[in-house]
Amino acid sequence: MSAWVDTNTKLVVQGLTGREGTFHALAARAYGTQVVAGVTPGKGGASVEGIPVFNSVAEAVKKTGANASMVFVPPSACADAIMEAADAGVALIVAITEGIPVNDMIRAKAFLAKTNSRLIGPNCPGIIRPSAKVKIGIMPARIHKPGFVGVVSRSGTLTYEAVGQTTALGFGQSTCIGIGGDPINGTSFIDTLTLFRDDPETQAVIMIGEIGGSAEEEAAAWIRTNLKKPVVSFIAGRTAPPGRRMGHAGAIISGGKGTAAEKVKALKEAGVHVADSPALMGETLKRVVGK
Amino acid sequence: MKVHEYQAKEILRGYGVPTPRGRVTDSPEEAGRMAKEFGGRAVVKAQIHAGGRGKGGGVKLAKAPEEAVELSKRIIGMQLVTHQTGPEGRRVKKVLVEEALDIARELYAGITLDRAIGRPVLMVSAQGGMEIEEVAAKDPAAIVKEPFDVAWGLQPYQARKLAYALGLSGETHKKACAFFVALAKAYVETDASLAEINPLLVTAKGDVLALDAKMNFDDNALFRHPNIKEYRDLDEEDPLEVEASKFDLNYIKLDGNVGCMVNGAGLAMSTMDIIQYAGGKPANFLDVGGGANEEQVKNAMRILLSDKNVKAVLINIFGGIMRCDIIATGVVNAVKEIGIAVPVVVRLEGTNVEEGKAILKNSGLAIIPADGMKDAAEKVIASLGGGK
Repeated sequence: MSAWVDTNTKLVVQGLTGREGTFHALAARAYGTQVVAGVTPGKGGASVEGIPVFNSVAEAVKKTGANASMVFVPPSACADAIMEAADAGVALIVAITEGIPVNDMIRAKAFLAKTNSRLIGPNCPGIIRPSAKVKIGIMPARIHKPGFVGVVSRSGTLTYEAVGQTTALGFGQSTCIGIGGDPINGTSFIDTLTLFRDDPETQAVIMIGEIGGSAEEEAAAWIRTNLKKPVVSFIAGRTAPPGRRMGHAGAIISGGKGTAAEKVKALKEAGVHVADSPALMGETLKRVVGK
Repeated sequence: MKVHEYQAKEILRGYGVPTPRGRVTDSPEEAGRMAKEFGGRAVVKAQIHAGGRGKGGGVKLAKAPEEAVELSKRIIGMQLVTHQTGPEGRRVKKVLVEEALDIARELYAGITLDRAIGRPVLMVSAQGGMEIEEVAAKDPAAIVKEPFDVAWGLQPYQARKLAYALGLSGETHKKACAFFVALAKAYVETDASLAEINPLLVTAKGDVLALDAKMNFDDNALFRHPNIKEYRDLDEEDPLEVEASKFDLNYIKLDGNVGCMVNGAGLAMSTMDIIQYAGGKPANFLDVGGGANEEQVKNAMRILLSDKNVKAVLINIFGGIMRCDIIATGVVNAVKEIGIAVPVVVRLEGTNVEEGKAILKNSGLAIIPADGMKDAAEKVIASLGGGK
């Protein structure tokens, strides 16, 4: 599949009846997303602004044909909600929730590996595809514009920064995906870059990384041999002190590993154009694509 | 969350991981009595969260009970400086007094998450006492790794593989295997993020024990471990960070003079970065999170301003979940209530940005508006008066 969301995407919102769930389900619907169902165990039969609520994801899928899920379930029950969605055959699961225990995510990821479901997140802003008017997540819709830049990031607000800059330059975005700031996540940079490579809408990529782990280095190695489209990158946390967890559970420099310097070096060696400042992602892209 | 060595050992003993006999105390006399109980010789170990205690003079061998009393008197109350404490050091409140054992070999065992494969990995090395990062840099082949599954734990064959790799045999081999399986079980069941035994001791008699123990825990899982949560030692944390955590604010104190308040960890880190590019130094990392309310914004302002080094403030918000009007109202109320003597530069973008900007503009306060991150960073540096 060359796109993860399109005009056939039908969304179920797990945790629809909560404050965040309601707010963002309605915002997604206002953007154009088909929000067909909500799930809150024990509240089946209710409805939120015309969206029917079911007790289980399986029931929601059966009754409405939902094929994507947005998860707003609290951290202690979130891994369970993700597994429930996968078990119900939901193809794309987008987990917004922050603060899921690592061991829960390890189990959920092993569970997902035995299904055909894709998980984006957790602890992420979600996915948006302006050309199809599909938004599954918490990003502010109005800063987006249909266009040719694919954006992928470990950080939510930095994604918005890249989106704002590419919109201001008139480039617009093909698809924007936040893969999340947790150490264990469902979708990697490489998964997303593969999507961008095969997606005719995407002509250039902005990839936003941060300190911690080695996902950026792995992505750099992949880009070198697999991606001909231009890639601009920014790595957050160049000035972060080692050993401290900078907000995201995944953003920690440990034992001299996971530093911004290492990541920038790997990316530059792979031919990626690295912006020195988050304010320069758009300008760097402009220089690279020559428009 | 971090815990003290004596607490980590208490937790590990509960899972059958052998440790030397010992107890924690804040009394030198009690330390002397323990040394006597252990046959005269004892090791007195300062209990602070930082590593490098031995080199800093916080770990000493007492050859007699009287010496244990003397050493404890010296260590309890000292400002222990190690490579991890910073120059001001950390005050020692308690010592762990343990039996002194005859050392045959010092090995290393540690478990942490391998993010690349998404599973915990038990690492062992024959070079105990050395920091594992150092071993990894100098002689990576000396570290043997065994990833295991959280659902069924470290299997006996995996433990045997590790014990053979360390060159152990006979009874000692068996004991090491049991040690590894128990350590892995403790790591998984307590939702640890690190369980490090360095050194892992083989005694002259062939016993295998945790001579030192360091454990960190996944903050997100503490809700299901109330007993471990109780081990939190607020004295080991920065007071402003403790205060911030009460309001679910992610605050880390740094040593610059530009206070920052940002939503989102990635943006907060890059705000620190861009302040440095503009020639300043950030005073803190502060992520107010996705769904902060007015009250949290107010508290965030109060906390970052109670750092006396702060000479200017940069607020950088790109609202997704977070609405700019809420941030603006919180900032205005904070400024009115606390009274702020330093320049405040605000950059707002995203959800309800127009409402937010209007609130700031109509507040009558001397808040400096900025467009974009670069502009914000330059304005805040300019407000400091000629750089720095």
